[in-house]
This record gives sequence, C-alpha cells and structure tokens, in this order.
Amino acid sequence: MGERTIIPFGPQHPVLPEPLHLDLILEDEKIVGAVPSIGFIHRGLEKLVEKRDFQEMAFVIERICGICSFIHGQGYVQTIEAVMGVEIPERAKYLRSFWGELSRVHSHLLWLGLMADAFGFESLFMHCWRVREKVLDIFEETTGGRVIFSVCKVGGLWKNVDGDTLRRIGGVLKDVDKDIRPLADVFMRDYTVQKRCVGLGVLTKEEAFQLGAVGPMLRASGVAMDARKLGYAAYGNLEFEPVTENAGDCQARIAVRVREIYQALDIMRQCIEKMPGGEVATTVKGNPQGEYLSRLEQPRGEAVYYGKGNGTKYLDRFRVRTPTFANLIPLLHIIPGCDLADVPLLALTIDPCISCTER
Amino acid sequence: MSFLPKSPWLVHYDASSCNGCDIEVLACLTPVYDVERFGVLNIGNPKHADIFVVTGSVNEQNKAVIKNIYDQMAEPKVVVAIGACATSGGVFRECYNVSGGVDTVIPVDVYVPGCAARPEAIIDGVVLGLGVLEAKYGEKGKVAS
Ligand code: SF4
Repeated sequence: MGERTIIPFGPQHPVLPEPLHLDLILEDEKIVGAVPSIGFIHRGLEKLVEKRDFQEMAFVIERICGICSFIHGQGYVQTIEAVMGVEIPERAKYLRSFWGELSRVHSHLLWLGLMADAFGFESLFMHCWRVREKVLDIFEETTGGRVIFSVCKVGGLWKNVDGDTLRRIGGVLKDVDKDIRPLADVFMRDYTVQKRCVGLGVLTKEEAFQLGAVGPMLRASGVAMDARKLGYAAYGNLEFEPVTENAGDCQARIAVRVREIYQALDIMRQCIEKMPGGEVATTVKGNPQGEYLSRLEQPRGEAVYYGKGNGTKYLDRFRVRTPTFANLIPLLHIIPGCDLADVPLLALTIDPCISCTER
Repeated sequence: MSFLPKSPWLVHYDASSCNGCDIEVLACLTPVYDVERFGVLNIGNPKHADIFVVTGSVNEQNKAVIKNIYDQMAEPKVVVAIGACATSGGVFRECYNVSGGVDTVIPVDVYVPGCAARPEAIIDGVVLGLGVLEAKYGEKGKVAS
C-alpha cells in the first residue's frame, strides 16, 4: 500500500464548466476519500426576497440555474400561489407542464453530451448538443429565450402559445424523437461505453434511499419515486410512470435519463392533445401571508421550495433545497474505492448543478 | 476585423454565474455555431490560452481563483466578460455575497451584454477580443505568429 496523496480536483478544470472542488485522497491509484469544498458560486440570492417584491422575485429565482431555469421559476410561483390561495387557469397548468418537460429533454440531452465528453466520446457529445439545439429553438419560439425564459408569474404565465404553433411543435418533437434514437442506441449498446460505465459507482437500493438520493440517481437504484406523481401543474391529468432501473451503476443512470427523454416527449404530446383553451393568467390581488412548502421534480431530481410571506410585498423567507445538494452525499459515498481516472465520470453521473446548490 | 494568423484559444471560468451563460459558451463550440471549425478551442489550461472568457460575478471565494487563472496566462492576453453578471453583477448585484463585475478583480477588454448572452453575441465578443489581442501584439512591437 502506497503513501497517501491528496489531489485537488477543481475548481477550474476541464470536465465541468462549473467550479466543483474536491480534495481527493489517494493510495496509489485508488481513492480512499473525497472532501468537497464549496462556495465558489454562492451569491446569496435567497436573501434578495427582502429587497425585491414577490412578483419581481420570480425573475431572480429563475436565475438560480440556467439549466433548470423554468422549473425553478415554476417552483417559486407555485409556492407563492399556494400561500395566496390563487387558482391559475387550466391552460397555464398544461403549458407549465409542457415547458417543464421540454426543460427535462434539454437538460438530459445536455447531460448525455457532457457524459459522452467525460468518457472521451467527442462526436457523441456533439451529436447530443446538435439535437438539443432543436429543443432550444422550440423554447425560443414559444418563450423568447434560449436558456432564461421569464414566462412564469404569480397567477399564471406572461405568454400564451397558440394552438397552431403547438401542433407544429408536435411535429418537431417527432423529429427530435427520431434524432435521439440512434444516439440512445450508442449509449445503451456501444462496447466502449459499457466498458466505462457498467458496474461503476454502484449504489444499492437501500443506500440510495438512506443517503437521500433523488431523481435519476435514486430511480437508477430501483426506487420509483418521482415528485411529478404528486400531481402539481397538469401532471395529475397526464399519464406516466416513474422510470426505474435496478443496477444502480453509471450505466443504469444513463439508461434512466435516456428513457426519461422519451417519457418527457410523450408527456408533451399528451399536453398538446389535452390542452384546454382560454386565458393563461388571473389577476392577483393583495400580498402573500403565511407559509408553504412545495416539491417539484427537476431534471436532476426533487427540489423543495419554501416560502413565507408576512402580508407585505416582500417575503420574509424563501428557501430552495436543490437536487444536487441531496445527491452530493451519495456521490461522496461512491467515490472511495474507485480509480482516479473515473472521478470525472462519477462526479458527472449525479448531474451536478453547482449553481443550484450554492445559489 | 483582425488579421491574426493564429486562431485564439480560450480558457473559460464560471465565476458565480447561473449556468445560463456557461452553457451558451459551450453551445458556441457545438454544431449550429461551431467555432471550432475556425480553430477556436476551449481548453482547460490557462497557460495555453490567449483569451480568458469569464461568466458570472465575483465573490469572496472565487476572487483568488480568477486572479490566479489570469496571472497564469501568458502575455499578451485578453479578457472577455460575458453576460450581465460578469459585466456588472447583473440581477445579483445587490446580493450580500456578490462584489460586482469581473473588472473589480482583473482588467476586462470586452464586455458582452445579455442575460443570458446569446451565442451570436459571445462569438462577436470573442472576435472583438481578437482585435484587441492584435493591438496588444502591436504595442509590444511584435507580429503575432
Ligand atoms: S447574465 Fe444572466 S444568464 Fe448569464 S450568468 Fe448572469 S444571471 Fe445567468
């Protein structure tokens, strides 16, 4: 057994655009421990609720993270609507679900690309991002933004999408589906991908549950938990089942995300079919008073939003528990015992979003 | 427009951005925008880079990291600040942990507006940065090679 060495990983490093820092403790090539240090992107935006009124704050909350931006906005307004007892129009609920699923497709494609890059499959990375651009085009057409949308407001939505556009988008989604199939095939069957991912970073069902893993990380270990099943927005009227895999390794996490893309595309099709007509916003009177906690399923897992109003237009407190934060503990659990060269892969399989975690 | 005979290499650091601008920087490298076809590479090593692309605002923790990356880069070098956050602090400027734009720590040559900055704007910013790089070579009495 060799001596112990500490290798710093990050904050500026080539695998992730985000500053994640880990001190890796090594014995020869094997890792025996990992110590994270955070705070490189802490902004402290939760405290801004004291300076921005509750309607403006929706725009700030969306900027917690540029990847799950829509669902962050949705989580915030949903919390405030519950505090104020506002019932939003049906069409707005369906549109929220629609954009939520579109975010999931874009986020998972982004992740698959980064994952391919992490195991050194550059052309696959490029192809994933090529397909993702189609999804971003839909976002741009319907909301006006590619990554930051600002369409959610307390009481509904700022923008409506007409039926013709939606039907045309339905066609584009079919193309996206077609484009993804060959890529998915590579991820699921390719020999080199299997070599890198099968059996790596195994998290058993019990461990995943006990360590509090969320999202695809949890579902890849065989626990069928999905916050969308709570039926927020229009999910109560849409048909879907949580996607699960049993192996709990990196390959299983890839499989869950690939299958969730198909699932999201299917949910969007249902949204387009079932979406009722009418307005997308109601008028909101008064200020929030009271507190509420809501749970939403981000592409990375379950996020928890807590808001407390005091009857003025500024909130007392707003808090977000993001999925990456929950998944860091399982990550630290799977890193010891693996090779140094596998750390980028393992760090990526939780789909880390440091901006969310540190806010 | 610039006549540098060499394509610039970039090093990208995410200060405290929301990721929005970061993924747009990455989107520039991938199909549809694909700046790699012009030889522009995003590399991890600051010592190989000509242009430092920073997204996000400055806070206490990452000040030293930004400074460190900047100091490691060889002269002449250009800094491009991308997005409202990097140019001024953006929506987060009043947060307790944000001390402002990137120009509070290192000199910035090009400011790219937008929240999130669009890939077109980012590419435009980098092209402007090329002009600055050429001028800096000129000041040193050298021709870029
Ligand atoms: S400028 Fe906007 S999109 Fe870019 S990092 Fe800042 S908040 Fe995010």
